[in-house]
Amino acid sequence: MSEETTTIRPFSAAAFNQYIAEHKLMGTRCTKCSKTYAPPRAICPNCHSEKMEWVETSGKGKLAGFTVIYSGPTFMSEQGFDRKNPYISGIVELEEGTNISARITGIDPLKPSEIKIGTPLNVDFIEFGEGEAKKTYLAFKA
Amino acid sequence: MPKSKSLARGVAIVGAGMSKFGAFSEKNSRDLFVEAFKEMTKSVDKGLDPSVIESLYVGNFSSDQFEHQAHTAPLLADAVGLTPIPATRVEGACASGGLALRQGVMAIASGMYDVVLVGGAERMTGLNTAGVTDALATAADVPFEIPAGFTFPGFYAAMASAYMHRYRMTPEHLMNVAIKNHDNASLNPNAQFGVTIQKWMEGRVAAAIKKGKPAPTWSTIWDFLHDEAGNPTVAWPLRLFDCSPVTDGAAAVLLVAEERMHEFTDHPIHIIGSGQASGSALHDRPELTTIPAAKIAATNAYEMAGVTAKDIRIAEVHDCFTIAEVIATEDLGFFAPGEGFKAAEDGVTARNGAKPINTSGGLKAKGHPVGASGVAQAVEVFKQMRGQAGERQVAGDVNLALTHNVGATGSTCAVHVYERRN
Ligand SMILES: [Zn+2]
Repeated sequence: MSEETTTIRPFSAAAFNQYIAEHKLMGTRCTKCSKTYAPPRAICPNCHSEKMEWVETSGKGKLAGFTVIYSGPTFMSEQGFDRKNPYISGIVELEEGTNISARITGIDPLKPSEIKIGTPLNVDFIEFGEGEAKKTYLAFKA
Repeated sequence: MPKSKSLARGVAIVGAGMSKFGAFSEKNSRDLFVEAFKEMTKSVDKGLDPSVIESLYVGNFSSDQFEHQAHTAPLLADAVGLTPIPATRVEGACASGGLALRQGVMAIASGMYDVVLVGGAERMTGLNTAGVTDALATAADVPFEIPAGFTFPGFYAAMASAYMHRYRMTPEHLMNVAIKNHDNASLNPNAQFGVTIQKWMEGRVAAAIKKGKPAPTWSTIWDFLHDEAGNPTVAWPLRLFDCSPVTDGAAAVLLVAEERMHEFTDHPIHIIGSGQASGSALHDRPELTTIPAAKIAATNAYEMAGVTAKDIRIAEVHDCFTIAEVIATEDLGFFAPGEGFKAAEDGVTARNGAKPINTSGGLKAKGHPVGASGVAQAVEVFKQMRGQAGERQVAGDVNLALTHNVGATGSTCAVHVYERRN
């Protein structure tokens, strides 16, 4: 696990997304009970401490649940996904013991019954758009 | 877990009605609520003078997005001639109706009011499929779930994938839930899809022949349900017939303090248990095969009612997707974890089974106008418990019933327990 930590950025969705744009999957760790959360939390739901710090996660996890989506939201259609070109969304259990939603890549979406719960995954980042409109999405690759 | 408290005084339903559910290009949610209100009024045995109604709580998820109309509650109150009574909109995604019902119960139990109207209304079909998908997606944890590409069918499909892995369920097991709920809806004149899957399939074949197209070669509903042409995959493992439809509709129930119920009817239905709980985003739960908020809401409702899962005769549960009905029946304690999917296959949850589930057709086939669904569930149990459910009436003494209404992936859940005493 990377030791890089910072307390400069607020524990917000905007800050989390800024890290994603920098290709870092960051979580927040409770300095009192040591639990790590990604997505980040400003208050620890385990011990109610407000003393949190950003930590970079290992980026390693395993597949807890998934689906192959044939009819997605508008922003996914804009990325070229449709009935003929479905994509995988999943829930990933990180090594740190926290779960997160992400796109799942490196697996054939057309063979869903061959996809195994528990498949080991590594963090990945998907970029879409150019210049100001560029957005980075969290993904995990098999 | 916060301990369940008892109601400070008893609350009874004395009237219940719903609009026809469906897709109505010429109606808005106000028109649908007027229909539901009229049906409710007709159902009050000793007649209803609307001027005795003291407050309105109405479940509505998002008229803002669906109809570009916010501030819904006073408009609905005004449409049925109830202004200036207080009118309050309650939002809990697809559990908005269940939460409105609970607000009504608490308002009466507290002593604040004796007569309360609870409504639910949603007009969804004004948006196209993409628009509805995007509108419903706002009920998720938007910054952390939606960028992953999840849709609502997708969330429940992910639960199904975990369930299939853990309990060796197959997608075919889920089809049994859809078949049962369409069977029930075929006997419900208010249902959006009031046809069995068999009749639906025959209709598709007949339509193809009429258009001069090659007729599909489905010989049984299983052929049809396995065919991408008949039953396309929406979010694997869920197909079209695993999903509730996009629906316009409204429902209304009249709640009164027990001490005044005989002014309205000699056959009241008592609300004896109410539970509500909330939860995190789907990814943030230790297990994907159960909804913790539903378990807590159910535990609290049972405790308040002084009954157990075994005592419940019928239940309307939140089957927004077939897998949701399976998980609901386990969270409510009707079946052990991993056993719920066998219940539809074995006929246990059929109308004539040991534990009839969704006799109305459920959200799946009756339709799911999201903010109205929780109230429409109460309408069904009111009818069943009073022996007024027509062709789909459950036999025997339906003296205890339950409704289970879920918001989004289970970040909100409301459970109510109903009793008939005479
Ligand atoms: Zn802590």
